[in-house]
Amino acid sequence: MNGIHDMGGMHGLGPIEHEKDEPVFHAPWEARMLGIRRGGTFPPGVNIDRWRHVRELIPPHLYLTRSYYDHWYMSYVAALLQSGMATPEEIKSGHAAPGSAKRNDAMRPDQAWNAQKTGGVFARKVEAPPLFAVGQRVRARNINPSGHTRLPRYARGKVGIVRLHHGGHVLPDSNAHGEGEAPQHLYTVAFSMRELWGPDASPHDETCADLWESYLDPA
Amino acid sequence: MPSSLSDHPHHHDHPREHAHSDVPSDPALRTKTLESLLTEKGLVDPAAIDAWVDAYENKIGPRRGAAIVARAWIDPAFKARLLQDASEAIATFGFTGREAQHFVVVENTPTIHNLVVCTLCSCYPWGLLGLPPRWYKAAPYRARSVIDPRGVLTEFGLTLGDEVEVRVWDSTAELRYLVLPERPAGTEKLNETELAALVTRDSMIGVAKAKAPGKDRA
Repeated sequence: MNGIHDMGGMHGLGPIEHEKDEPVFHAPWEARMLGIRRGGTFPPGVNIDRWRHVRELIPPHLYLTRSYYDHWYMSYVAALLQSGMATPEEIKSGHAAPGSAKRNDAMRPDQAWNAQKTGGVFARKVEAPPLFAVGQRVRARNINPSGHTRLPRYARGKVGIVRLHHGGHVLPDSNAHGEGEAPQHLYTVAFSMRELWGPDASPHDETCADLWESYLDPA
Repeated sequence: MPSSLSDHPHHHDHPREHAHSDVPSDPALRTKTLESLLTEKGLVDPAAIDAWVDAYENKIGPRRGAAIVARAWIDPAFKARLLQDASEAIATFGFTGREAQHFVVVENTPTIHNLVVCTLCSCYPWGLLGLPPRWYKAAPYRARSVIDPRGVLTEFGLTLGDEVEVRVWDSTAELRYLVLPERPAGTEKLNETELAALVTRDSMIGVAKAKAPGKDRA
């Protein structure tokens, strides 16, 4: 979706606020939200791609003014409400409605470290041979899906060079919408700054993005 | 010809707007209320939250990445493996699963400077650097890194000459990028532990160089 989250290349968002000796968390509630995100039970179908998409749907004025872990709060609550695992009244009160289901399968503390040390594998076998080779010129497609995609707007329609080929990876555009992993070949594509931003851009520099095969055409 | 995504018959089940509508303003209060509800419903164990907080406050952080960089500086064979197949090389440090998956290590040299960003969200090598700093997740860095990396680097106090090519890596997939900074001059006699102390989080994101020896800060 062409949302506020897709901000590569935007101007006017202010200075970078680099913080010396930044703490891991700026407030205790941020730590609790991190723990809820990593240790909490998610509704069915809320995989990493779905999670990112739910965050993208935060209205722009809130996306730009709420803090990072507040985005997580909003996204987790949105996922709970959409799945029916919680009601707006429950979210407000902090108490389960009388007679509502109680589960007993939440992650235990002794399972947390194991969860950290496993998983995270998004590579998948793809039978079809890759359409593109390292060094090949490709053009990112001009697509504007209203759902989730990881093709940034700044790269659409631009010509780049395949720098790396990573084999098959889960396709977020499908996985975010409950339509399966639909793995495709994944490539790192290098775009010159002048291709992306015009003749005033630095002639020396480039930006690389990781792009799935269906984002690309030969060029 | 790959099938067109725009022709793909998505049924976009967007979460309802009100799901993201405004709720009481204090996030500390809201989060506490959420934790109470989830605990009552059996959707979270508060002790598991404690375990995750402890992991990110005390176990997982940029010292991990620094150890890998220091090893690469003193061991050319390890460095070659790291640049060829980073996940395999990282796994030899005991980092497994989501900590080491799909890694790409990019090397800074006198003529190439690498910078890592995630314009679309906040992708970051958590397993080796811990939680990303706030500025990395915030709009200004995400917006400008891909269009004006030299300006961004100048804001961080690093001005690069025209002889240096800047390569920005936008983490749009599950690949995680770690910058291998240049080994500072005058470090020939330092051991691996002393070298690791020069490797800052920022130098592994690419917004700074490694610290010079004998200085407390970069």
